[in-house]
Amino acid sequence: MTSGNGAARAPMLEIENLHVSVAGKPILCGIDLVVNPGEVHAIMGPNGSGKSTLAHVLAGREGYEVTAGTVRYLGRDMLALEPEERAREGLFLGFQYPIEIPGVAGVNFLKAAVNAVRVHRGEGELDAIDFLKLARAKAKLLEIDEALLKRPLNVGFSGGEKKRNEIFQMVLLDPRLAVLDETDSGLDVDALRVVAGGVNALRGPERSVVLITHYQRLLDYIVPDVVHILAGGRIVKSGGKDLALEVEDQGYATLASGTAA
Amino acid sequence: MSIATQRAERADRFRAAYLDQAAALAPTLPGHGVGWLDRRRARAAERFAEIGFPSRRDEAWTFTDPRPLTRAVLAPAPKRANGVDKTALSRFLPAGVEAHLVVFVDGHFRADLSALDDLPEGVRLGGLAATLTVAPDCMKRVLDHDADAADSGPVALNAALAADGAVLRIADGVALARPIAFLYLASGAPAAMHLRNVVVAGAGARASLIEVYGALGDAAYWTNAVTDLQVADGASIAHLRIQGEAPAAFHLAATRARLGMKGAYRRFALTLGGRLARDEVSARIEGEDGDCRLDGLYLGRDRQHLDTTTVIDHLAPGGASGEHYKGVVDDRARGVFQGRIVVHPDAQGTDAHQLAKALLLSETAEIDAKPELEINADDVKCSHGAAAGEIDADALFYLRARGIDAERARHMLIGAFADEVIERVAEPALRAHVHDLAASWLASAGG
Repeated sequence: MTSGNGAARAPMLEIENLHVSVAGKPILCGIDLVVNPGEVHAIMGPNGSGKSTLAHVLAGREGYEVTAGTVRYLGRDMLALEPEERAREGLFLGFQYPIEIPGVAGVNFLKAAVNAVRVHRGEGELDAIDFLKLARAKAKLLEIDEALLKRPLNVGFSGGEKKRNEIFQMVLLDPRLAVLDETDSGLDVDALRVVAGGVNALRGPERSVVLITHYQRLLDYIVPDVVHILAGGRIVKSGGKDLALEVEDQGYATLASGTAA
Repeated sequence: MSIATQRAERADRFRAAYLDQAAALAPTLPGHGVGWLDRRRARAAERFAEIGFPSRRDEAWTFTDPRPLTRAVLAPAPKRANGVDKTALSRFLPAGVEAHLVVFVDGHFRADLSALDDLPEGVRLGGLAATLTVAPDCMKRVLDHDADAADSGPVALNAALAADGAVLRIADGVALARPIAFLYLASGAPAAMHLRNVVVAGAGARASLIEVYGALGDAAYWTNAVTDLQVADGASIAHLRIQGEAPAAFHLAATRARLGMKGAYRRFALTLGGRLARDEVSARIEGEDGDCRLDGLYLGRDRQHLDTTTVIDHLAPGGASGEHYKGVVDDRARGVFQGRIVVHPDAQGTDAHQLAKALLLSETAEIDAKPELEINADDVKCSHGAAAGEIDADALFYLRARGIDAERARHMLIGAFADEVIERVAEPALRAHVHDLAASWLASAGG
C-alpha cells in the first residue's frame, strides 16, 4: 500500500471486488471503484444494472449479502459499521424513494439527526432555537417552504419536494461522502437546478460525491470528474465527463457490449 | 379423573367460595337492610351462581382466558388507614389540571384524600357507600335492575359485592369548568375491589371525566369495576380512562354508557397495567343523533394480556360512532381487540366507523382482532378495518441512515404510531399527560 504522502491523500472510498447478492441472487459481481477526496463520480447504467444495490450496500441496508470484496471508507472497513455509524462518520445516502413517515415531524427528525452527527463529531447538540435558525437558513437556500418542515416527514410531499428534502437533509448533515441515488429522477428543470445547486455548494477538496443516475441530464448541472458505466453488476467502462455524452448518443447497450467484446 | 373434570370441579369450588363470601359479606355492605338493595344483591349472587365465571368456551372470551384470575379467591380489603397520603396522589394525575377529585384506596372512598370543595351547584360527587347509607333510594333507578341484566360472572359478582365506587350526578344544563377525577389506588394487598361507579349527566350537562387506576405496590389483586354512564339528551361527556394497575394485577372493567338524543360521549382509554386486563365498553345510542367516540391505546409487554372489547348499539336514527384503537405489544404480551357495532332496524342514517391497528415489537407478541358489524337498517354508512404489523423496516433504515441510532429510531416510530391516536384526546393538558405516560412506557423498554 501507499505510504508517506499517500496516507495523507487516502481515498475517500475504496471498493474492491465487491460481490453482493439479494435473496441469493448475485446483483453486484466484482465492483472496483476508488473515489478520492474532492472528486465527483457519476455512476450511470441501465435499469437493473445494480446501481441502487450499490447505494444501499454503501449505506448499510439489511438484506444485501456481501459475498466477497471490501469497502473502505477513509481507510476503515465500512461494511463493519452500522448504518447510523456510517452516517455519523460522514456518509450520506440520498434515497431514490424517500420514505414517508407519518407522525414524525420533519423538524424533530432533522434535529435528532443533526444532533446525532454533531455529538459524534464532538460538537455540542444544538438547542431548538439554534437548530431552527440553521434549518431556516438552509431551507431558504434550497427554496424549501418552511411549512414543509413542520409536516410529518415526506408525507404528502410531491416527488420534487421529497428529492429537494433529501438534498436539504444532506446540506444540514454536512457529509464528507454523499451518495445520491437517482436524485434527479422525477425532477423538473427548476427543481433540478436547485438540487444541483445544493450538491455543487457541498463540493470541496475534502468532500466527495457519488451521483447515481440513469440520465446524462443531471451531469449538465453537476459536472463529474469521472463517469462509470455499470452494467450487469460490473463497471464496464470508466472515463471523463464526455463518457456521459457517449451514453446519450449510443445508449447503454453499445457501450456495455463494446467493452465486453 | 380427567383434566376436564378437574377443571369443572375447580370452577365449582371457586364459584362456591365467592358465593360463601357474598353471603358472609352481605350484612356488612352499605345500605344493608334496605329491601330493594338486599333483594338486588341476593339476585346478583343467584345470577353468579347460575353463570359462574367466564371461560374461553364463551364466545365473548374466546381470546381471553380468565383462568389465571380463578387460581385464588380474593376477598375485599378491609377498610383501614394504609399510610397513603396526599403526596402519593400527584403522580397519577395530569399535571396542571385542577380536578374535583374522589380517591379510593383498596376500593374504599377516602374523604381525606379527595377534593370535593368548590363543586358547582347542581353537581354531586362522592362515594357510593355513603350514598347507599344516607340516601339509598336515589340509587334505586340505576342499580335496581342490573343484577338480572348481568351478562357475565364478574359483573354479577360486582352487583352482589360492590361496597363502594364513585357517584357523580350533574343536574340538567350544568357545564363543569373543571374536570372530575376518579382515582383508584391499590395499596398492594392481594385483595378484590368490586367498584361500582355511577355517572348521571342531566340534559344538556357537560363534563370532562378522568378515571385513573394506579398501584402503590405490586400484588395479585383484582379490580372488578362496573361503571354506568347516563348521558341524557344534549349532554356531553368527555371521558379519559387511564389503567395503570400493578404488573401482577387483574383488572376487569365493564363500562355501560347510554346516550340520549344528541347526547355525546367521547372516551379515550390508555391501557398500560395488569397481567390480565379487560376493558369492556357497551355504548347504547338510544336517542336520535347521538354521537359516541371510543378511542384508545394499549401498551403491553412481558406476559401482559390486554383486552379491549366494545359493543356499540345504534338504536335510534341519525347516530354517529367512531372507534380508533391502537396497540403496541412487546415480549410475550398479547393484545385483544373485539369491536362489535350493531345497527338496529330503526337506526337509519347511522354513521359508524371502526379502526384497530397494532404494532408487534417481538416475534412472540400476539394480537387478536375481531371486528364485527351487524347492520339491520339500509341507510347507513359503516366501515371497519384492522391491521397488525411490525415496525416498518424501510422507515427504520431511513432514520438510521441519517445517524439516528436504532433504538432511538424505533422509539421515534413507535411514538409516532401511538401519537396518531393520542391526538384524539381533545383537551391539550390531558393529551400531554397521555403522551407522557406513553413516552415513559417506551423509555422503560428493555428493563
